[in-house]
Amino acid sequence: MEFRYLPMTEQDKKDMLSTIGVQTTDELFADIPESIRFKGDLNIKPPANEYTLTKELTDLSQQNINTKSHTSFLGAGVYDHYIPSIVNHVISRSEFYTAYTPYQPEISQGELQAIFEFQTMICELTGMDVSNSSMYDGGTALAEAVNVSAGHTKKKKVLVSKAIHPESMAVIHSYVKGPGLEIVEIDHVNGVTDLEQLERELDENTASVVIQYPNFFGQVERLDRVREIVDQEKKAMLIASSNPLALGYITPPGEFGADIVVGDAQVFGIPAQFGGPHCGYFATTKKLMRKVPGRLVGQTNDEQGRRGFVLTLQAREQHIRRDKATSNICSNQALNALASSVAMSSLGKQGLKKMAWMNLQKTHYMKKQLENAGFELAFRGAFFNEIVLKLDEDVELVNQELLRQGFIGGYDLHRDFSDLKGHMLVAVTEIRTKKEIDQFVKEVGDICG
Amino acid sequence: MANQDFPLIFELSQESRTGYSLPEFDVPETNIDEQLGDAFVRKSEPDLPEVSELQIMRHYTALSTRNHGVDSGFYPLGSCTMKYNPKMNEDVARLTGFSHIHPLQPEGTVQGALSLMFDLQETLAEITGMDTVTLQPAAGAHGEWTGLMMIRAFHEGNGDFNRTKVIVPDSAHGTNPASATVAGFEAVTVKSDDRGLVDLEDLKRVVDEQTAALMLTNPNTLGLFEENIEEMASIIHEAGGKLYYDGANLNAILGYARPGDMGFDVVHLNLHKTFTGPHGGGGPGSGPVGVTAEFEPFLPKPILIKRNEEFVFDYDRPKSIGRVKPYYGNFGINVRAYTYIRTMGAEGLKKVSEYAVLNANYMMRRLQQEYDLPFEQHCKHEFVLSGKRQKKLGVRTLDIAKRLLDFGYHPPTIYFPINVEEAIMAEPTETESKETLDAFVDAMLQISQEAKDDPEKVQEAPHTTIVSRMDETKAARKPVLRYLKEE
Repeated sequence: MEFRYLPMTEQDKKDMLSTIGVQTTDELFADIPESIRFKGDLNIKPPANEYTLTKELTDLSQQNINTKSHTSFLGAGVYDHYIPSIVNHVISRSEFYTAYTPYQPEISQGELQAIFEFQTMICELTGMDVSNSSMYDGGTALAEAVNVSAGHTKKKKVLVSKAIHPESMAVIHSYVKGPGLEIVEIDHVNGVTDLEQLERELDENTASVVIQYPNFFGQVERLDRVREIVDQEKKAMLIASSNPLALGYITPPGEFGADIVVGDAQVFGIPAQFGGPHCGYFATTKKLMRKVPGRLVGQTNDEQGRRGFVLTLQAREQHIRRDKATSNICSNQALNALASSVAMSSLGKQGLKKMAWMNLQKTHYMKKQLENAGFELAFRGAFFNEIVLKLDEDVELVNQELLRQGFIGGYDLHRDFSDLKGHMLVAVTEIRTKKEIDQFVKEVGDICG
Repeated sequence: MANQDFPLIFELSQESRTGYSLPEFDVPETNIDEQLGDAFVRKSEPDLPEVSELQIMRHYTALSTRNHGVDSGFYPLGSCTMKYNPKMNEDVARLTGFSHIHPLQPEGTVQGALSLMFDLQETLAEITGMDTVTLQPAAGAHGEWTGLMMIRAFHEGNGDFNRTKVIVPDSAHGTNPASATVAGFEAVTVKSDDRGLVDLEDLKRVVDEQTAALMLTNPNTLGLFEENIEEMASIIHEAGGKLYYDGANLNAILGYARPGDMGFDVVHLNLHKTFTGPHGGGGPGSGPVGVTAEFEPFLPKPILIKRNEEFVFDYDRPKSIGRVKPYYGNFGINVRAYTYIRTMGAEGLKKVSEYAVLNANYMMRRLQQEYDLPFEQHCKHEFVLSGKRQKKLGVRTLDIAKRLLDFGYHPPTIYFPINVEEAIMAEPTETESKETLDAFVDAMLQISQEAKDDPEKVQEAPHTTIVSRMDETKAARKPVLRYLKEE
């Protein structure tokens, strides 16, 4: 069998072995004790040629119903948006995707500058002073934010709204086991965080309050009132998790005095790809700059005074601080941050606002059409691009029928919320057309009628 | 911005220029501001660039030329396994049926994706000699933390709450002690001996009834195989601790040895290293974790199982450590790794390690003429030199690294591992040709000669890059972490 990724010829091998001073490559493995040496062949599939394997995997991929074959109203944290062609062309530049972390600034200015631009864009969107170069995803970014708040305030109690993404909630619960924090979940009332309960639970042991804005149900939380409550405890911090696209139209958390804003930039140029890789972001205030997990790129200049960029404030990070580090993150999502930067550059100041506005408008249209068809929405508050539809039927069964009609239906909230049986979370993005929305409403009507 | 500076995309911006093409707005307009309420309508737009599509393309194309990747040239960055990233993998990962599927679609609609994940799990279990694998962790460090949380849950499940310490060799990656801390353990260091291996006497000294685990890479970060691994395993196991394998260096032993057979209980892999997931300028990676059967109940949930010929997620996992990530891991990277493994098969993977080790030993022996080699034995996939001979001439390892830039190379990892003075850690990988290795060695030998004849040439390097050495002190003292328009 030939292997196109392995360039050595038999002659090369012979020459190299001779330089090393051994007869066979096996001698180089002599330090592996006989007793643990693997004998025989790994029991995995045999090597495949490029054509055959491509065909096999293409066939396999076609077994998946996808958001191109079907019209999707499924969101719940991952969204089907317009992705400019240019994004894939840029991230396919192999100088970007075959590089690693830019440790050598002289030959990594491209990546470093791209990250610096990403950091700037995230700051602009969130209204914060500082952004890092990316996190794994929105969920882990949120969990890291919780740990940062506890480390900074030296307090152990965190109040987390139940109206955040349930999978982010699960990740938070896993992450806080290390530092041993106490999570108090705050109920939702009418689709938003119960502020009275929040106020009752807030005390001098509270490190932070975690709110998703817009929340998992699409509702725009009253961050202004949350901030007032958080302010009752001098040290307590406000952490907001935000869909950054929404911030193109709604007031960013930074303007409400959030201390940390996190989220996922998947909405900008990154396909759903079954849940990952996406692109977490982490933004905060100047005050907390030295507590930020992960890589930060800073501006400086070279010996000739030319502007340039470097990884900076590295004393925060695991490779310097080792067991004193507060986060262990090393690899991040740099290439996806680049994809998001390109998408944000394409949209620009006006386009991003317009895209956010279209999400709002089209979701409003969906709401009206559903109401006109006699459906009831669960919540009455302001929303971004998701609404909660109250059905008398089992959402899973409705979705099965919708699938037959060419739709990927909304998210079954009963999976995570026992009080929301028969509730479907419906997402409407800018790419959905009036016709698709009308058709969806009709189909749901037919199924539930 | 000075004339000599390369522009930021913000500096190309002109009001009202557009680079987008949004879908049609085809629904009746609603007064959404009224519904949101004044306080929640953003008053000023985020100051994003306003540029045309060509401007964006030129900007990022120019940036890409200011960046060095594996496709640009040799990249022997130790511990990072900078091997070739096959283009086919990129195409497969972008297939619509893989890239445009939503993680919350009904399982019945994503059987193709689930079957790939299942097969990858089984394949990685076979390669590592473990019983079962989770694909959920997003990267190596994330996998380390996941594995340690499982070890913690295991001990606690036995009613053993006193195992608070994780032993880490002094040569370990920084993520190891950091992961231990983040998982709520105390990191304890075990020393290396004069052969660069874990000092067994010191290990016996630090191990006790509080030991939760020993974290180890094998081969270790010096590129040396821990020959006493079985004895180390029994020291740890007899004390009631567990053995954790950092898979960063798996590229050395594919088909030659398996962590499971060495006595490891928990293993993470870096699919972006050994299995060609591209490094992406820092990520995304993928860090699956393999475990022995006794850890299976603690795996992150959900786990992927096959039930009546259908792949489904099982959430009913009462002992699970919970979720470590939303959804099911970095699927896109897992597709790339799967494509690679299928391309190579058992035969190809074994050759990968054979050539990775051959290449490293060849380079090491040639470089040994001029550079100090702290450990004389054969290395595995990487090796560590010391620049202390050159340091005596006033040329530091940093200078050598910078001089290599003039030859078009990405330098090896430097000043790591921390237990070797002026360390130079090189990992050629198996995808490099002999010609490339020879040319790199020749450059290193030339630099060593320059250190003797013309040290300033090395000290002042690089001479040919688009920028020279950066003022890192200034960057850290007065951090500028974002662009602000000049007033």
